[in-house]
Amino acid sequence: MEIFNNEKTYNFMNKKVTFLFISAILFVASIFLLLTRGLNYGIDFVGGTVVQVKYDNVAPLDKIREVLKDTKYASSTVSEFGSEDEVTIRFTGSSSELTNDISDDMNKILVPTGKFEIRKIDMVGAKVGAELRQKGIMALSMALLAMLIYISFRFEWRFAVASVLGLVHDVVITLGLISLFKIDVNLDMIAAILTVIGYTINDTIIVNDRIRENLQSSKEKNLDSLINQSVSRTLSRTILTSLSTLFVVATMLIFGGEIIYAFSFTLFVGIIVGTYSSIFVVSPFIKFLGFKIDVYRIKEMEKEKSRKEKEKLRAMYEQGRL
Amino acid sequence: MKIFNFKLTIFILSIIFGLIFALPSFVHTNYGKKVNLGLDLQGGLHMLLGVNTHEAVESKLKSIATAIKHFSDDEELLIDGLSVADNSIVFTILDEDEIPKIDKMLEEISGLKIDKNSLDYTVTLTAEEIEKTKDYSVSQAVETIRNRLDQFGLSEPTVLRQGESDIVVQLPGIKTAEDEKAARDLISKPANLELMAVDEDRIDQVYNMTSAQAAAYGNLILEDINNPNKKYLVKEIPILNGSQIVDAQVGFSQSNQPIINFTLNSAGARIFGDFTGKNVGKRLAIVLDGKVYSAPNINERIGGGSGQISGGFTVVEAGNVAIALRSGALLASVNLLEKRSVGPSLGADSIKASMIALVSGTVLIFLFMLFYYRRAGVIANIALIANVFILVAIIALFGATLTLPGMAGIILTIGMAIDANVIINERIREVLRAGLSVQKAIEDGYSNALRAILDANITTLLVAIVLYAYGTGPIKGFAVTISIGILTSMLTSIVGTHGIYQAILPKIVKDKDNNKWFGVK
Repeated sequence: MEIFNNEKTYNFMNKKVTFLFISAILFVASIFLLLTRGLNYGIDFVGGTVVQVKYDNVAPLDKIREVLKDTKYASSTVSEFGSEDEVTIRFTGSSSELTNDISDDMNKILVPTGKFEIRKIDMVGAKVGAELRQKGIMALSMALLAMLIYISFRFEWRFAVASVLGLVHDVVITLGLISLFKIDVNLDMIAAILTVIGYTINDTIIVNDRIRENLQSSKEKNLDSLINQSVSRTLSRTILTSLSTLFVVATMLIFGGEIIYAFSFTLFVGIIVGTYSSIFVVSPFIKFLGFKIDVYRIKEMEKEKSRKEKEKLRAMYEQGRL
Repeated sequence: MKIFNFKLTIFILSIIFGLIFALPSFVHTNYGKKVNLGLDLQGGLHMLLGVNTHEAVESKLKSIATAIKHFSDDEELLIDGLSVADNSIVFTILDEDEIPKIDKMLEEISGLKIDKNSLDYTVTLTAEEIEKTKDYSVSQAVETIRNRLDQFGLSEPTVLRQGESDIVVQLPGIKTAEDEKAARDLISKPANLELMAVDEDRIDQVYNMTSAQAAAYGNLILEDINNPNKKYLVKEIPILNGSQIVDAQVGFSQSNQPIINFTLNSAGARIFGDFTGKNVGKRLAIVLDGKVYSAPNINERIGGGSGQISGGFTVVEAGNVAIALRSGALLASVNLLEKRSVGPSLGADSIKASMIALVSGTVLIFLFMLFYYRRAGVIANIALIANVFILVAIIALFGATLTLPGMAGIILTIGMAIDANVIINERIREVLRAGLSVQKAIEDGYSNALRAILDANITTLLVAIVLYAYGTGPIKGFAVTISIGILTSMLTSIVGTHGIYQAILPKIVKDKDNNKWFGVK
């Protein structure tokens, strides 16, 4: 079976202004959302406590709020979690006491609400929260830097800068959607975003690799049509891989339950945005950064020439003629 | 015809490896190494504890003050106003002739800074000694907590130092709220036993005294364990502390109440004997973690170096206190910085949910590959299954911990493994479409695809390494499975499938049916 016509070259570069315009709108909208609405930080990053409680029957939300009202947990947010019989109780405080802590308290306070089991308690002190947040930002920056260095090393610097700009584009828009849908941002979100980065850089590299290959093998002088050919030839791979990964992520989203929902959601939107950017956005960036085919080829030729020269010299040296 | 080429042989050997070492994790058996499940999958308690290291410095000073007191008692030196305040020990020596003696004694203790103002002494710790004391208090806390948990009988407790003053405690064995509370109590118990002299001259005024006034006399006001309104006035410098305990066991008093019998080492026994001999008729306060448990009258000299703590225990509490006393006191108290506790039922649910995602994701990809690439898809699917087994085998063999994000990592690895085969197959199709031979198509397909696959996988590996370096707990698990997955997928998807093609090439050539083999006309 074949989905794409493999002989046909699609003219992506022709519509580059349209694509970049769409991206720019999404990008600006995301920044706007992030600045105004912001991210819904979970306790991992701001500190606080989340208690997950499962009831034997439907969880009595009002009753739970009622019994909490007269305690020091009065400011808690009580909400349903995944199903009707499960709730989370979240509050901003944490306790540093080991001997009498929140789980002991909760086990006592919730007694009048029916038969329940505390399935999970996450408590993060404010100091740890700040540390985790710092580590998260560090991880993202380090990952982007590592990409920049590696791609510069393997390709040309314009490819690297364009690819990393593409990544920033993907990450910002993904975060914008996370903000829009009010998804809790916890530690696993860092993992999800780094995975998105890893995935979309894959896509971008496959396209870049084809451009590099065509630069060396074909005689095409027009950058636009060379990019068009390269993107078209890799199109079926890009779509196939993204689709098969999306299948997997979709099953995680559907069957994975509430626990990995935020993770799967981030991957799902991230992969879509990433696929879009590696097909439509990164290559125009390469052009805008001032990439010139002839300059590149001349440089490559010079490199090749000096390599051959060296080889020749070495050969002569080895034969004792120098 | 040579069927077993080099690549195929490697592939088959790694499948055998994968099957053998992955199997224990999939079936119920006691043989072999199983995958190590993280706390989020099997349930348990994870805590990050902070050690209040400044307390260790204070208690170090206190014990030096105790030593000075013993020394002056033994040598019958006259000193006055011995007390510990503001991170320094102060005292005044009354007889100028005894200065060399006390100087010699202080010299033998390392890490001290001594300021003398004629007869007034101010002793502090050097900055280096303070650092050392703080550092030691953390490693000692790790050791002590580990000891206590081992004796408590929990399976596989992990106690590790993290950073300067933090400790990670992981207890997979915790299943109920009661277990959890008991473990927390055990960990946090300072278990600081002190035997202190009651100040009989001033105890009548204890209820009219502020702690500052008490301190002026070198005294402390302590509460009774059972009755917070009952107060004792004791000498600030203890006679003995828990470091001289060699054993502690639960016993029962004559009224059948649980008590703790403790035994002192020989040095402790000597000090205890001397003190009780000199103080007959006075009271001795038995103080545990700053609360007075009892203050019996000293009727006679107590030799033999044993004593008991009674009052206010349940049997379980007494058992825990005994464990804590045996494994030693914490030099500094700990507090809770982070806690994550997962009930076993939630862990089981998470495993179930991720298994469903894993299986359904795999099946979807399977069908898709089969449909799209026909027999090339079958070959890719064989590599995919092999990859899962080898991945699980390596995780089990190296004792890496599988967490919930780690499960997600395995699922994602499947997506990545199939990507390599998609790239290869697309390349093969391209060459076939150009009208070249199958043999050439396969060789060119692999060599053309290799550079892209390597670049793509190396960048993902870079991300995984960053994630491992900066991630915590479960996230590290994700980084580990992704990294191993990338490496194993290169083995199966590139080497393995290539080996298969090379082995069956004569048959593909003979068939002359590119649609059947590669899904392309």
